[in-house]
Amino acid sequence: MSTPILEARSVSQLFPIRSRQRLFARTVMQRAVDGISVSIHPGEVVALVGESGSGKSTLGRMLLGLLPPSEGSIHFRGEPVAGLSGDAARRFRREVQVVFQDTGASLNPRHTIGQSVALPLQHNLRLPAGEVGRRVDTLLDQVGLAPARFRERLPHELSGGQRQRVGIARALASEPSVIIADEPVSALDVSVRAQVLELLDRLRRQRQLAYLFITHDLGVVRALADRVLVMQGGQLVESGEVDALLTSPQHAYTQRLLAATPVPDPARQAQRLAQALAGRPA
Amino acid sequence: MLEVRDLSVEIAAGREKLRVVEGVSFSVGRGEAVGLVGESGSGKSMSAFAILNLFPSPHARIAGGDIWLEGRNLRGLSAREWRGVRGAQIGMVFQDPSSYLDPLIPVGRQVAETLRAHGRNEGAEARVLELLDLMELPSPAEVARKYPHELSGGMRQRILIAAALALRPALLIADEPTTALDVTVQAGILDLLTRLRVELDLGILLITHDLGVVAETCQQVHVMYAGTIVEQNEVGALFRQPRHPYSQGLLGSMLGPDSRAGNLFSIPGSVPGARDMPAGCRFHPRCPIFQPGLCDTGEPALVDRTGGGSDRCRRSGEFDNAWRRTA
Repeated sequence: MSTPILEARSVSQLFPIRSRQRLFARTVMQRAVDGISVSIHPGEVVALVGESGSGKSTLGRMLLGLLPPSEGSIHFRGEPVAGLSGDAARRFRREVQVVFQDTGASLNPRHTIGQSVALPLQHNLRLPAGEVGRRVDTLLDQVGLAPARFRERLPHELSGGQRQRVGIARALASEPSVIIADEPVSALDVSVRAQVLELLDRLRRQRQLAYLFITHDLGVVRALADRVLVMQGGQLVESGEVDALLTSPQHAYTQRLLAATPVPDPARQAQRLAQALAGRPA
Repeated sequence: MLEVRDLSVEIAAGREKLRVVEGVSFSVGRGEAVGLVGESGSGKSMSAFAILNLFPSPHARIAGGDIWLEGRNLRGLSAREWRGVRGAQIGMVFQDPSSYLDPLIPVGRQVAETLRAHGRNEGAEARVLELLDLMELPSPAEVARKYPHELSGGMRQRILIAAALALRPALLIADEPTTALDVTVQAGILDLLTRLRVELDLGILLITHDLGVVAETCQQVHVMYAGTIVEQNEVGALFRQPRHPYSQGLLGSMLGPDSRAGNLFSIPGSVPGARDMPAGCRFHPRCPIFQPGLCDTGEPALVDRTGGGSDRCRRSGEFDNAWRRTA
């Protein structure tokens, strides 16, 4: 198999948690991520699922190079990220892009949408000014935001779903080889969600773009991912090929997640009601 | 119990007046959960704010229609009278539980505040514990002493539901109550709402963009598009046989077990803004069965159909799925 673009080799992340009970209490270390190995190959979509607090976002931040692992190492095209400098470090930062869940908070409120998307084109790709404008329009168009209507707008004038699409356009601007995305489509309306998923899939096929999706949405996982990793308490508790794993989940959390996902079938209501009434702890 | 008739909401933008909700009617009975579904910009949240007369912007106001709650018309109440209705007769919960809690006050006291604000000081503490227990929070006395940051998102939402129900309102308005939560936590909250509906005979108006949530929680559904209700029906019927092309498209865009990138359906175009509302049927520019002359003149009325439900499509019933043109 090809060299993975991005790889975590038994990484752990320890956070100190202070005990509130005593002043001189020994600092306890919490293992937010505990010895996880992941590799992402060109054109591959890996989904990372787990409940809040399972460490999935922390793993994402380590893969992005935003948080150095306490143990283990992150590798970019086979090279340890910790040792990268100069052009190699710049290449890592250009090729590994992120789409945050709350895109609103990651956009400069004083920059127009056009400026936000233009920045990576100027800095990472060093495109000439004339080319930047054209490329911004293409990118906005790709994510379904009419350039003429949105280029000059400010983030606060956009809806959550529209801002999310700006975040995706901005990540794509750097021509990345892998995108780490935290719930990239959960804020989008259903009718737009399909368009964005199709766009991501097209880029994967055309450019061998790879993704790590951090998500709860099993519909998204099924629609796009090749492999799923299930995390709980900082550890990898289950992993495998999407269809197989979602057809017969082994781990309790995976089973719970499948059962909890709402389906458009009102016939389930009666069953849920019975469960809700029976499930009341005495 | 709640009867909304011909409600319209206007936002003043400079000299312009934008109609963001137009002629919306629906009702919620005791022990009934009614879903108001739509995408962003459909006017679903604005309709909810109107019922509470609690708009996020001073430029928004009710422009027409009536809101009847247990036989009393809420239109024309004074600010003081409104305060008596909100909380006491209508409880409300919103999307992001953290932003509605004070980080510096223990949550138990925040639930008690609802009681105190309405002059129910006596027995407030006991009532708070009773409420937290009703919300299925483990060891209520302990939870009551905690600060919001010590609780998970799901627990915080339970605290807010407790505060919303403190005064035993007959109606709960829940605006995207689970959107910010994990799927497993969401399921817990939805089960809780269902249980409260049955046990307390509570009417629930659930505002959401998630059809899956509606299918599992509501009995009646109203689908909103561009400020109007385009289809209304009992939940089973609406999911089995949506009649309006927009409802059909919305259901078709949901990701099912067989949805794979490459075959995903989406409705082309985007929701029109209040400034550029198309003439005739508001959906016609995006509609696959748009018929010139029929669909682009005069706003279609919401028509009751035989077999139950109503919709606003002039070609209603011609196609099982207008997008696939199967008659």
